[in-house]
Amino acid sequence: MKEELEKRVVKGPDGFEFEVEPLQDYYCAEAPKAHLPVYSKIVEGLFNWARSESIWILGFGTGCGAIEMRPLMTPRFDAYRFGIQWRPTPRQANLLMISGYLSVKTLKRAIRAYEQMQSPKYVVGLGSCTINGGMYWDSYNTIKKLDDYMPVDLFIAGCMPRPEALLAGFNDLKKIIKAGKAEGANKYAENFDWYKANQKSVIKDWDMPDYNW
Amino acid sequence: MHKLYENLGKIIPLGEMTLQRANLAFITLDRRYLRSALHHLRDVEGYSHLVLLTAVDWIEEDVFQLTYLLSNRTADVDVGLRVMLPRENASMDSIHDIWPTAATYQRELREMFGIDFPGSPRVNEEFILEGWQEIPPYRRDFDTKKYSEENFAHREGRVTKDPASHMKELLYPDRGQ
Repeated sequence: MKEELEKRVVKGPDGFEFEVEPLQDYYCAEAPKAHLPVYSKIVEGLFNWARSESIWILGFGTGCGAIEMRPLMTPRFDAYRFGIQWRPTPRQANLLMISGYLSVKTLKRAIRAYEQMQSPKYVVGLGSCTINGGMYWDSYNTIKKLDDYMPVDLFIAGCMPRPEALLAGFNDLKKIIKAGKAEGANKYAENFDWYKANQKSVIKDWDMPDYNW
Repeated sequence: MHKLYENLGKIIPLGEMTLQRANLAFITLDRRYLRSALHHLRDVEGYSHLVLLTAVDWIEEDVFQLTYLLSNRTADVDVGLRVMLPRENASMDSIHDIWPTAATYQRELREMFGIDFPGSPRVNEEFILEGWQEIPPYRRDFDTKKYSEENFAHREGRVTKDPASHMKELLYPDRGQ
């Protein structure tokens, strides 16, 4: 375990000594819960419409595919006209783009980012690396099947997919959300143990709490 | 280049020189003379820039080859010094006191090839990999495909085709073999 995560006694600037246990104090130990749809189908439909029209992407580029998201922000492709914008922190975002290959080291950060996002939240795998490993299929350090580690709502194939393909993918994602089929966060909560086991099987130095939002 | 080889050869015994281009040469030398060669090249010959420090795994000969590539910016000449190390418990003198940037390269070589550089700053800390438990991955006896198949889940349906024969079949199906 890393030194900064260990239980220790800290002396404050006023000379007062107190005990810090980062894994208990800074993180929530509770497993995520599935959120059932609201009582009425019409209301849930309204919610889903609102969710689909305000897709906020976490600005976290995991691989080379992140370069394809930059033109989307600028006037040429202008994803903002579809209600899509990029946010700086996981707490403000509801869409995590895994943009290309994901090394084991980055997977750890991606899981932490995903778990910090508020539900309902969506994951889009971008590029063939997230689908079957792509050109990194025999690499010692990249995962090959993203949906084993987090629930993926949509894959956009290509190496790399062009910004037009991404826009088409966003529109598909909107249709999925409106149809009420984008239940990734609930799927993650229901199969939490399975996802955790998969994550821990590749991340050999697991040094974070199981659920860290 | 030949003049540099002569000048350097007067002070220290050198191995052979490979002239890659008019302004790029590689000189092989024994590990004992590396430090004095680097000092001479930096302080007398004007090779002030360490471009890179890298390793090659010659598993057949059972040696690691370290390449110290130096550059003389004013004369636009590069020279590489090659040092051979035995693969077993490979260890080399650190040169971080001559070029501080070498410490980063040495840390990488320690992690990726398992070559030790005693005394180099933070050399035993993790550099790129996290929680790596196998033999260093850039060593040629590490089977990356086998490791990937054993550790990472695999999705069915992936087909690999030889590009030449596949395109031949696609474009000229009537030509046969």
